Amino acid sequence: MSHAVTEAPAETPKKAKPALSEGKKAERRLGLWLCAPAAIVMIAVTGYPILYSIWLSLQRYDLRFPAQHEFIWFSNYAAVLSNSYWWTAFGTTMFLTVVSVAIEFVLGMVLALIMHRTLVGRGLIRTVALIPYGIVTVVAAFSWYYAWTPKYGYLANALAGSGAPLTDRWPSLFVIILAEVWKTTPFMALLLMAGLALVPEDLLKAAAMDGANAWQRFTKVMIPVMKPAILVALLFRTLDAFRIFDNIFVLTNGAQDTSSVSMQTYNNLVKGLNLGIGSTMSVLIFITVAIIAFVFIKVFGTAAPGSDTGGKR
Amino acid sequence: MVMGGVATTGRKVRWGLVDILVLVFALVPVLWVVSLSFKTKDTLTDGSFIPVQWTWQNYADIFQTSEFVLALINSIGIAIISTVIAVVVGTMAAYAIARLDFPGKQFLVGISLLIAMFPQVSLVTPLFNIERSLSLFDTWPGLILPYITFALPLSIYTLSAFFREIPWELEKAAKMDGATPAQAFRKVIAPLAAPGVFTTAILVFIFCWNDFLFAISLTSTTASRTVPAALSFFTGSSQFEDPTGQVCAAAVVITIPIILFVLFFQRRIVAGLTSGAVKG
Repeated sequence: MSHAVTEAPAETPKKAKPALSEGKKAERRLGLWLCAPAAIVMIAVTGYPILYSIWLSLQRYDLRFPAQHEFIWFSNYAAVLSNSYWWTAFGTTMFLTVVSVAIEFVLGMVLALIMHRTLVGRGLIRTVALIPYGIVTVVAAFSWYYAWTPKYGYLANALAGSGAPLTDRWPSLFVIILAEVWKTTPFMALLLMAGLALVPEDLLKAAAMDGANAWQRFTKVMIPVMKPAILVALLFRTLDAFRIFDNIFVLTNGAQDTSSVSMQTYNNLVKGLNLGIGSTMSVLIFITVAIIAFVFIKVFGTAAPGSDTGGKR
Repeated sequence: MVMGGVATTGRKVRWGLVDILVLVFALVPVLWVVSLSFKTKDTLTDGSFIPVQWTWQNYADIFQTSEFVLALINSIGIAIISTVIAVVVGTMAAYAIARLDFPGKQFLVGISLLIAMFPQVSLVTPLFNIERSLSLFDTWPGLILPYITFALPLSIYTLSAFFREIPWELEKAAKMDGATPAQAFRKVIAPLAAPGVFTTAILVFIFCWNDFLFAISLTSTTASRTVPAALSFFTGSSQFEDPTGQVCAAAVVITIPIILFVLFFQRRIVAGLTSGAVKG
């Protein structure tokens, strides 16, 4: 946390130039050489495939019928965008994203406050909170799966009566949200806790002196100071939630219209082997994510993390 | 401690209760998997949270199936190789970003940010086809490459945040005192940078260890299938058996390293996650 605190305004006068004055040129060359491997790998493994998938998306390309491989312009887009399964999956994904991020935000804030302020067992709480963050999503998903399976599960037996929650749409979505929230709330809480550390104690004390109650101090003092951290946390979690895959795969495998857009793309590839349609979905998801990120950055003014670091030092 | 000053017993008790709530919330799902993994076949469906009869049989069983053992080797090998490469390459880039002035720095930071937000599923279809034509499909490198790519932004952010904290003047001072550049690096800078590098390695390892989407899309056999992917195909040592106990035992096995990391390096992980993410 301290990193975040000290860094923001700290443009210390010492311009950290390399100790020996090898000259600007050598420094530039070294910088480029050091960054080249990272840049090359990142661009080669994401940039090229995404361009390639745009190219594929304009073709009829089904591995089961290689003879019909041809260029068909935007027919794949028409096919996907007029398909009700796609829109159901899109709606489901949006619903899961909005609901789970909203719940995570509230719980994450509570957990952040607990981790930041608790008087007893601070180390213990932080350790325990990291377990959901670190645990393999598939493992956690299996835990919830068996918990909600009739006969096997403590939750199914206790709460679901004779029903099988994972065989109906809405109960399934509820379980998926529960699994998502459990897994990712600690991450949200950690990001928010870093924001909490930025709130000056003096400010809170002054507000308390002026008669602000706890809720007023929270909404009028803490939230405004934490706003950048909140927006970054929401941005990252929203984008992450939008690509939900693991939990749905294990919990319902997309049955009863619980499929997400990621599930659709995967199924299309593995079961359909239809590269044209699969790539079209890839491109559509990419565009959707870009729109979400754009909205966050332009409309809410989220400072992209790292955007204003670098430069000076 | 922070506000309100006095830590009365009452407040402590209240915080204690809150803590217990968090503890239960975080641990119950984990303990449930552990419990299932120790249940005998007959008691698997009794629905009780604590096993009535305990057994190690499920663990013995999974370590006798090549499906699990090979997947475990794949998981460990792929995660370690990816971590080492991502941390080495990331360290170079992060050092340059934190310390040097060169054109294209903002570009690299921008690229990292884009990739951190990139929907991984968008790569699944094109990578599947590209890897097929390069014979990388269902191989270790076929998974290591995307893992490195998506671990790099994490690694670059976390490391450059750590590197900015290092008092680099010490390097200069050591050189003034007559140390060679190599000595200055080895004796002064490396020990200061090591904790940051180590923390980053843990975060990257957790990321690679966790991945499911690439693992299931870019593999087809035990040649490279990792445990999370293998779990979803796991049908037990014979097909008439209920695989639940074995799935849970396998799940517990791959949870152990995570638990160890969290127990021993909690402070570092928290520092790493928060510094990397809220930077700027």
